[in-house]
Amino acid sequence: MKIDWSALGSVFGVSLAVTVGLVALFTLGVMGLSHRERATAQGGSAALATAGAYVAFAGCAAAVAYGINLIMAKG
Amino acid sequence: MENFSLILAIVVITALAFDFTNGFHDTANAMATTISTGALKPKVAVAMSAALNLVGAFLSVEVANTISKGLVDENGIRPEVIFAALVGAILWNLVTWLVGLPSSSSHALMGGLIGATVASAGFGAVHGDVLVTKVLLPALAAPVVAGLAAMLATRFSYALDRKADGKAAEKGYRAGQIASAGLVSLAHGTNDAQKTMGIITLALVAGGAVAPDSDPPTWVILSAGLAIALGTYIGGWRIIRTMGKGLTELQPRQGFAAQTSAATAILASSHLGFSLSTTHVVSGSVMGAGLGRKGGVVRWSTATRMLVAWVLTLPAAALVGAGAESVTDLGDWGTAVVAVFLVAASAAIWKVSRREVVDASNVNETEEPAGVVTTAIAAVTPPPPGAVTEGLTATIPAPVTTTEPAAPPAAV
Repeated sequence: MKIDWSALGSVFGVSLAVTVGLVALFTLGVMGLSHRERATAQGGSAALATAGAYVAFAGCAAAVAYGINLIMAKG
Repeated sequence: MENFSLILAIVVITALAFDFTNGFHDTANAMATTISTGALKPKVAVAMSAALNLVGAFLSVEVANTISKGLVDENGIRPEVIFAALVGAILWNLVTWLVGLPSSSSHALMGGLIGATVASAGFGAVHGDVLVTKVLLPALAAPVVAGLAAMLATRFSYALDRKADGKAAEKGYRAGQIASAGLVSLAHGTNDAQKTMGIITLALVAGGAVAPDSDPPTWVILSAGLAIALGTYIGGWRIIRTMGKGLTELQPRQGFAAQTSAATAILASSHLGFSLSTTHVVSGSVMGAGLGRKGGVVRWSTATRMLVAWVLTLPAAALVGAGAESVTDLGDWGTAVVAVFLVAASAAIWKVSRREVVDASNVNETEEPAGVVTTAIAAVTPPPPGAVTEGLTATIPAPVTTTEPAAPPAAV
């Protein structure tokens, strides 16, 4: 019986790294938006935080696009 | 479509019925946390999942083409064997749905197939090592991988941004959760609808209706996609309740982490050639996300019941599959008996489920009055001491109306 430990290991590593990375990136994006929300509430603006948020979300969107690509490429 | 015998027609219909149960059994995987955190309204969530399952079914035929390879010898598989396997899988899916436990539809199908093959051709026809490497080990690994990833991601996210109150945060995490749940639905459609396509194609080949090594015919792809989408839309509300509310309480951010971890683990595993069951992955990630928040709790009694269901899935479906196969062996009337039994048993299970209806309106209520469901669960596992205070059977102190996060202002 041959157990494919390396495949299991890479699934483990990739899942862990990608999940933590994506969630962290998304959290940064949400933090940026929250910052803007607080800033606008006080009458100010937060251009940098907003831009950062959109960059973070774009990264997440790219990851989703790659995921869809993986689903399609199985054919 | 020449040579389309009665038994083939029965197998195709049974396979589509299995596909349907697969759909409503697995809606929970994609949508349970989305529904429990309130990111989507229950009906909207299942409709979205159904649509994505349908789309997923058309994306490729790769999984369908590899189905059944390796686990049992394809040589000499008769349509009756496949029929018996499907009977085992459907009945197990219905029983676990009745008691509201998520269990792997793929395991049920493989169990049925193994049981029917053993009854038909003996133990020699089952490859034991393939069973361990492709079924048992992934079942152990899946919840650990996805659970750890979800737990660490949740913990990290809360460490980064302690507050995360306010409208923007709430809205953001909900949107993220919907996106990753959509990805899970899509992946589910590609994997599970195709399993049915593979089974139907296998039956058609075995019955001589299509040439060996052909791709699934278009009508097979279409009907399998529709069956799983319909099942998904009907919604296995009992399982959604267990997965979304029974295991742990999730905030939108945790739901997002859980769904992201699930989508990642599913895609990584199918891409890297170490297939993990969607059900096991999602259960693990939900528990992980629950543990990741400070003060988060996992109801281990529910988790234990789920684990018991997982362990039982393969042998139970195998047993029913083997029994069904022995009866179909008696001749055409035997097959008829099994078909009647399947319909009668399904009707009986549905009838029992009506005694205590779980649907879109009460899916987020955790309180389960002692009734048929709890009795059925009690029959599955004897409750461990102390379960009274933490189990689903207990009256959970939070009033039903406060389980929803405070509704954001109408501007959302």
